[in-house]
Amino acid sequence: MADLSNYRFTASHEWVHVDGSNAKIGITDHAQAQLGDVIFLELPPVGTEVKAGTKFGAIESVKAASDLYAPVSGTVAEINAALTEQPELVNSDPYGDGWMLRLESASDDGGDLLDEAGYTKLVGA
Amino acid sequence: MALRTPLHDRHVAAGARMVEFGGYDMPLQYSTIREEHVAVRTRCGLFDLSHMGEVRFRGAGALDVVQRLVTNDVARLEIGGALYGVMCHEAGGIVDDVVVYREADGYMVVINAACRTKDVAWMGDHSAGSVFEDVSDSVALLAVQGPRAVALVSGMCADEVAGLRPFHATDTTVAGVTASVSRTGYTGEDGFELYVDAGDAPGLWDALLEAGGGDGLIPCGLGARDTLRLEAGLRLYGQDMDDATDPYSCSLGWTVKLQKGTFIGSEALTRLDPSHPPRRFVGITLDGRAIARHGQRVLVDGEPAGEVTSGTYSFTLDHSIATASLDGDVPADAALAVDVRGTVAAATVVPLPFYRRPKGA
Repeated sequence: MADLSNYRFTASHEWVHVDGSNAKIGITDHAQAQLGDVIFLELPPVGTEVKAGTKFGAIESVKAASDLYAPVSGTVAEINAALTEQPELVNSDPYGDGWMLRLESASDDGGDLLDEAGYTKLVGA
Repeated sequence: MALRTPLHDRHVAAGARMVEFGGYDMPLQYSTIREEHVAVRTRCGLFDLSHMGEVRFRGAGALDVVQRLVTNDVARLEIGGALYGVMCHEAGGIVDDVVVYREADGYMVVINAACRTKDVAWMGDHSAGSVFEDVSDSVALLAVQGPRAVALVSGMCADEVAGLRPFHATDTTVAGVTASVSRTGYTGEDGFELYVDAGDAPGLWDALLEAGGGDGLIPCGLGARDTLRLEAGLRLYGQDMDDATDPYSCSLGWTVKLQKGTFIGSEALTRLDPSHPPRRFVGITLDGRAIARHGQRVLVDGEPAGEVTSGTYSFTLDHSIATASLDGDVPADAALAVDVRGTVAAATVVPLPFYRRPKGA
């Protein structure tokens, strides 16, 4: 199990890991399990400004398509290129190799993110 | 509260993700849809299909009754023979798609779980002259599908079943359980469907998994069943057809035998041109990995020209596949696109099925 003490979570099941002004974003283990086999990710190009709480992309599994919401604001500095060929990394390692975006100049202007305990309580795990 | 099959405890114990389907609490997946899909294409998979309905027609008038209800020609069936067909309303719309088995003393018709209530009412209303019975609750259905399925099941049967032809069934025992063993399926692979008494289903389920585990047999849920059937170009009632769809409009004209005499819907179907039906059913592939889904719009020159009936990602072909129902006047060579949640994806018409199992496999 990944050490999630430095991760923060949205009620829409994204996670963010902030390191200085950099922020990595992905979806939670609970979310990937609900979606099942991930097939396709629609992610914004590098340079896009994303805003906390707004849609930044979409994820499709065999079962369903879901929108993705940014936990924090910032500028897209990098997208996880491995997901183009191996979207299933979101299933196998949601907090590690299955990350989606890295933001620069990240700022948490939402303020309503959950910590690990809060998120665990939310999903009833 | 959703109904349960006799194998419900097995699914829960195996940690399956359960979903409601056709009024039943059914396993969607035990591991992942991809793993279960690949198992069926390369080894074998075990399905609980006990949610499917079964009705029987017996008595002197049984043939005439079933012949009037179903579009295909039931009279050509010998005992043990089976066929696929549809039931139509008088107006030609499809009530359900069915498999009809001829048994020693009548006919068994297999119906979709989601249609059971309306089907039983419809068939009951048109059963005069026969003894009609809904036996769904006392019959369990297990399917073993995949290239290793025939060898596995054959080795567990009291009688020879490996030589059973497609769409034929025989009564025997499997692992000591009395069963009707049918060379049918809904995956595009070879294999059997096993009709047994509901009370025998858990024991047979366990015996199959124990005997087949070494050959890679794993339990498979409705998720893989859907991706497998779509690759194989097989229709799903409620998505690819419904009460408003005539058989020609979903490319099931081959199940309509007008020459057999009048049946329910035959008059309406006679008025249709089989080669130019009101709607055209096509297989399409999409550029990119986005999945087209039921109800999404198909576009020609940016204008609505039909809709997606079923869509998924093909694990065997590694691209997105779908079936679509096009307006009848869409030219065969029109350039199609699908509106996938606001993104227009170019689509290419391809022949069905998307996947055909290798010869001899």
